[in-house]
Amino acid sequence: MMLFADPLFGLPSWTDAIIRVVLVVLAMTIVVMYLTYGERKVVARFQQRLGPTETGPGGLIQAFADAFKLVLKEDIRPTNADRWVFELAPYATFVPVFMVLLALPFAHDWGVRDLGLGLFYVFAILGLNIVGIMMAGLGSGNKYALLGGIRAAAQMISYEIPLVISLLCVAMITSADTGNEIGTLNLNVIAALQEDRPYVLLQPLAFLIFFTAMLSELHRAPFDIPVAESEIVGGYFVEYSGIRWSMFQLSEYASMWGFSVFGSVVFLGGWAFPFGADAHWSVQLATTMVKSLSFIVLIFWVRTTVPRLRIDQLMSFCWKVLLPMSIVQMLMNGVILAYDWPQELLTLTSGAGAALLVAIIIKRAVRRPSKDLVGTYKTLGAPAQ
Amino acid sequence: MEGGGVVFAFYVLSAVTLVAAGGVMMSRNLLHAVLFLILTFVGIAGFFVLLSADFIAMAQVIIYVGAIAVLVLFAILLTPRSGRDNGETKFAAPAMLLGVCLAAVFLFVMHDTAWQTNDAVRQTWAQPLSAAPSWKPGCSPSNSPASC
Repeated sequence: MMLFADPLFGLPSWTDAIIRVVLVVLAMTIVVMYLTYGERKVVARFQQRLGPTETGPGGLIQAFADAFKLVLKEDIRPTNADRWVFELAPYATFVPVFMVLLALPFAHDWGVRDLGLGLFYVFAILGLNIVGIMMAGLGSGNKYALLGGIRAAAQMISYEIPLVISLLCVAMITSADTGNEIGTLNLNVIAALQEDRPYVLLQPLAFLIFFTAMLSELHRAPFDIPVAESEIVGGYFVEYSGIRWSMFQLSEYASMWGFSVFGSVVFLGGWAFPFGADAHWSVQLATTMVKSLSFIVLIFWVRTTVPRLRIDQLMSFCWKVLLPMSIVQMLMNGVILAYDWPQELLTLTSGAGAALLVAIIIKRAVRRPSKDLVGTYKTLGAPAQ
Repeated sequence: MEGGGVVFAFYVLSAVTLVAAGGVMMSRNLLHAVLFLILTFVGIAGFFVLLSADFIAMAQVIIYVGAIAVLVLFAILLTPRSGRDNGETKFAAPAMLLGVCLAAVFLFVMHDTAWQTNDAVRQTWAQPLSAAPSWKPGCSPSNSPASC
């Protein structure tokens, strides 16, 4: 059994760390290339099309053709762009995404580094992502990019709060499992604790909140207003072309994969759930990948099903629905854990909360707009056109 | 802690943090100043990592970079003409005075602190969580009934 403490091939720790990083980077690049292909195929099927078919068998090497085209494209910088801010923004977006991947356990005791505060590390680093997006929005010297940047930042810092609280709920649950009533933030231990049942069974409400907030953090539909093509022509990366644009795409898909692996470790049991810690590492790796890919297919499914929200709907959904529900989940956990009530009660209360959340979403979806005049129209007495 | 890599990382982080802190003061563009400020915060988080204080390092990142710096960036986004040259400000002299006072205080504290550590001092340092005895409700270091 390979352990974190054992360096690969008996190499010194620095070399070992570099080799692990290179392995993760290679895996990430391949996954991202096939995610773009997979998204086009899956979305095409949902829309009764075929998707890429020409390049290679079934269009399998389409991603490589696209990458080759992007590298050859001219790298254009607008005259009134802020030069260094504009040119460094893709790196500032990409580096945090990559740093998240360093803390994720892909199989039993296998990741780049086993961090004692892995959960905290992941959401601290995710906060850095906003900086790169704001740099792109402010540095491009373009009004659409500015709008996209401010929308992205407003959305990301709002949805980060329910996201973090839903993860805190899981961190609370671990204290009932570790046996010493302290709990853990170590992602590897969190996965190992779910050997018998994944935490999604104990915390369905937290899982729903996590998934919704994750869609928003990733700017996926229906929360894709920062990158809405039909409104602001692509948002903060409207001025980018060629290799820099592809770095934004790379970081978007890499963060989608990173979030999916993270979500599957925290809620679905990661490598541990059906097969346990003694299974062969390839089985565990396959388990992690299957779980994260089902997350990703779910993201594509939501994208092709739900229409885009308006910014006021987006904000009110975060602050009036997700945030109170996540706080309710945390309070319920606190009471149940403090009195050492049975874990079935967690499933029951959280399941009721999840049903309530779904009911609220459906109610908001079928709500008809008010016929009465509102806001400025009301004071002017003019009908809303 | 005393490995060559740690010493090397200390000097690299020092250089990055000091240059970025200088950039905050020197840059004419407010946006550049905030970005340098973010780099300074990240550098300081790196120092906390070197001191094995990883919780404080991540708190530094999530609070200062994730919240405060983004708040400042928002202020810039929503302020008209925020990218203008702020070189004509009238506060150069009071700012210099304040800076000199602050530097004097810091130098005094640095000069006056006993940097040598011994076992008596080390006893008072925070222990890692793994070294702590398992916590139970009703037990604390000052009040420990027999059931603990």
